Amino acid sequence: MNRNLIIGLILSAISILAALVSFIWTPFDHVAMNIPAKLQTPNLTHWFGTDHFGRDIFSMIMVGARTSIAVAFVAVGIGMGLGIPLGLWAAARKGSYIDELIMRANDLIFAFPSLVIAILITTIFGAGAVNAIIAIGIFNIPVFARVVRGAAMPIWEREFILAARVAGKNAARISVEHILPNVMNLLIVQATIQFSLGILAEAALSYVGLGAQPPTPSWGRMLADAQTLVSIAPHLALIPGFAIIITVMGLNLMGDGLRDYLNPRTRVART
Amino acid sequence: MKHFVSRLALASALSVASLAAHAANTDITVAMQLEPPHLDPTSAAAGAIDSVLYSNVFEGLTRFMGDGSVVAGLAKSWDISDDGLVYTFILHDNVLFHDGSTMDAEDVQFSLNRARANDSTNAQKALFAGITDVTALDAATVVITLDAPNGNFLFNLAWGDAIIVAPESIEGIKQAPIGTGAFKFANWVQGDKIELIRNDAYWGTPAVLENVTFKFISDPTAAFASVMAEDVDAFVGFPAPENLPQFEADPRFQVLVGSTEGETILSTNNKMPPFDNVKVREALAHAIDRQAIVDGAMFGYGTPIGTHFAPHNPAYVDLTGISAYDPELAKKLLAEAGFADGFETTLHLPPPSYARRGGEIIAAQLAQVGIKAQITNVEWAQWLETVFRGKDFGLTIVSHTEPMDIGIYANPEYYFQYDNPAFQELMTNLNATTDPEARTALMGDAQRMISGDYVNGYLFQLAQLSVAKAGVQGLWTNAPTQATDLTAVSWAD
Repeated sequence: MNRNLIIGLILSAISILAALVSFIWTPFDHVAMNIPAKLQTPNLTHWFGTDHFGRDIFSMIMVGARTSIAVAFVAVGIGMGLGIPLGLWAAARKGSYIDELIMRANDLIFAFPSLVIAILITTIFGAGAVNAIIAIGIFNIPVFARVVRGAAMPIWEREFILAARVAGKNAARISVEHILPNVMNLLIVQATIQFSLGILAEAALSYVGLGAQPPTPSWGRMLADAQTLVSIAPHLALIPGFAIIITVMGLNLMGDGLRDYLNPRTRVART
Repeated sequence: MKHFVSRLALASALSVASLAAHAANTDITVAMQLEPPHLDPTSAAAGAIDSVLYSNVFEGLTRFMGDGSVVAGLAKSWDISDDGLVYTFILHDNVLFHDGSTMDAEDVQFSLNRARANDSTNAQKALFAGITDVTALDAATVVITLDAPNGNFLFNLAWGDAIIVAPESIEGIKQAPIGTGAFKFANWVQGDKIELIRNDAYWGTPAVLENVTFKFISDPTAAFASVMAEDVDAFVGFPAPENLPQFEADPRFQVLVGSTEGETILSTNNKMPPFDNVKVREALAHAIDRQAIVDGAMFGYGTPIGTHFAPHNPAYVDLTGISAYDPELAKKLLAEAGFADGFETTLHLPPPSYARRGGEIIAAQLAQVGIKAQITNVEWAQWLETVFRGKDFGLTIVSHTEPMDIGIYANPEYYFQYDNPAFQELMTNLNATTDPEARTALMGDAQRMISGDYVNGYLFQLAQLSVAKAGVQGLWTNAPTQATDLTAVSWAD
């Protein structure tokens, strides 16, 4: 294992652990307001201080991790679930009208800045975590479709594919049984990176008020709420900011590390 | 028009020259949050129009002062017939519109008839509902006849919706307003600012300031930065109360804390089950801790109210006790109404922080008694469409900033849809009563009736928060109407 991978795993584990633990325990109820105790700086009772409603920031960060991870996870799932079959299909029918149709549709989605798509979707269907998931998921589709198609095409030229064809397997079966396992390492790396982008996108959408709606905590909305308070209570902005940085950096390092780790050539070179 | 433009150009050239001559002490830049959609106060509800133009550019027969009193405006004096039906107004002489034409009784007749016409788009047509006839006797005398005595008539005429316009300039009023005020409209850069210049031909006491710029800064963070960086000289209606202590501690600034006419309420859709049940509304009222909302959403600025009436009004009755915070009672009432396990509803929140933050607090408080309020944050346009016109909402938070607007409860079509014939009759009586003491008594009854019916959740009176540079004097502390009257503002030496 390389250093990037280890650091990445540790940082990501912190967020994932926080999210998981939040299901069974948080130091305080994350929605319980205690207005007389508002805007406390970090102290022994409230480890990360309290926000403008006197809510415990530590608890909110933990539950916010859950929101971020859940949104990003499902969004990446949508992207992989639709993008991978489309990419495999396009590669299997390389040069055909199906290939053209899939890839040009992908180009169309890709050409839109992802955040603009997200804002468009949440504007049409209303703000909320579910629509944020759909929005982020949709812009994940072309990413996976392209990666899969690009990686699958050279594999289609290989001899073992020819052998599989001779054995009478159809294109769909070859795609699933022979192509997919050979592009899996690329997909895992891509998924990790998309996961971190998903967390950023969720934070961005929540920041502009289009993500999870109150009282569901979200790191992005915590940042937005902190905006006018930053000069009197900077920890309100710094803490969710750091939570986002740690998680996104962790996932990116993990993605980098995994790429090296899963690539047979670099793995040999490093050990 | 060509002449007008060239005169404007000349005027602005002169003003640039004067700016260079004696520094900034006759110029002011005043920031506010909302930009007007257009510049005709007589054809839209948007308060931002009045915030820029009321008293500065446009005047009515009577007008509001900063303390909320109603005094003579374009009318020098008036006489009321013994039966209270005929008002004879004597107008000031030598009043000129900004285009040089004379303001006379014909213009008053035109303005009021335009406002009360069937096809009028005036946002407050109810103000003029009792008028049966407007006659210009001679150039300086107008006779207005009412169908019934109206104790509020002079007050009604002071509204921004009742300002006097000229038939000659009405076409272009939305872009180039021509009024009689101490300032003339000069320029509007949409999305940024509106500029006014002093009207040197003003009939009354001339303004001290020569150049006025209204800047529109909607984002609270940008608002804070603009004041701190001294990009603006004053910010009227400062949107982030949490920042005020910093300005107070800074000798460069003064903070003005006053009251508005804004009753901030948890508006409740009285026609939508389960809110059609008065027990449920009563439970709602007892589930709300007002002080927590004032402290949490407004950082302590605001006065708790128990009815739809401004606490600074002498006729105000403190009814906060009727709906005191008592979650146990709220739960009991919900159980009696058949909602022992609570229910779900929607809570639409427009952009101001009183609504967004207050809404989060209220949702948390309602959750304590089992009411699950699903928060939806909406922009103003969406709020007007869905809530105000569409009436498709359970709960919403909004500040009703019109002065003395308890009459909205007599309109069953109004968005919260309170339909009580007894209240409607009470309002009819109130409008027909001119005796001050009887009026006070009736207003008390009206306050008690809507409070006892728990029509809406009554939260707090919105504070008027303004920040200005230390040298600015004469700004209104309170906001008896939506206005930023700069006619008496000046810089201390």
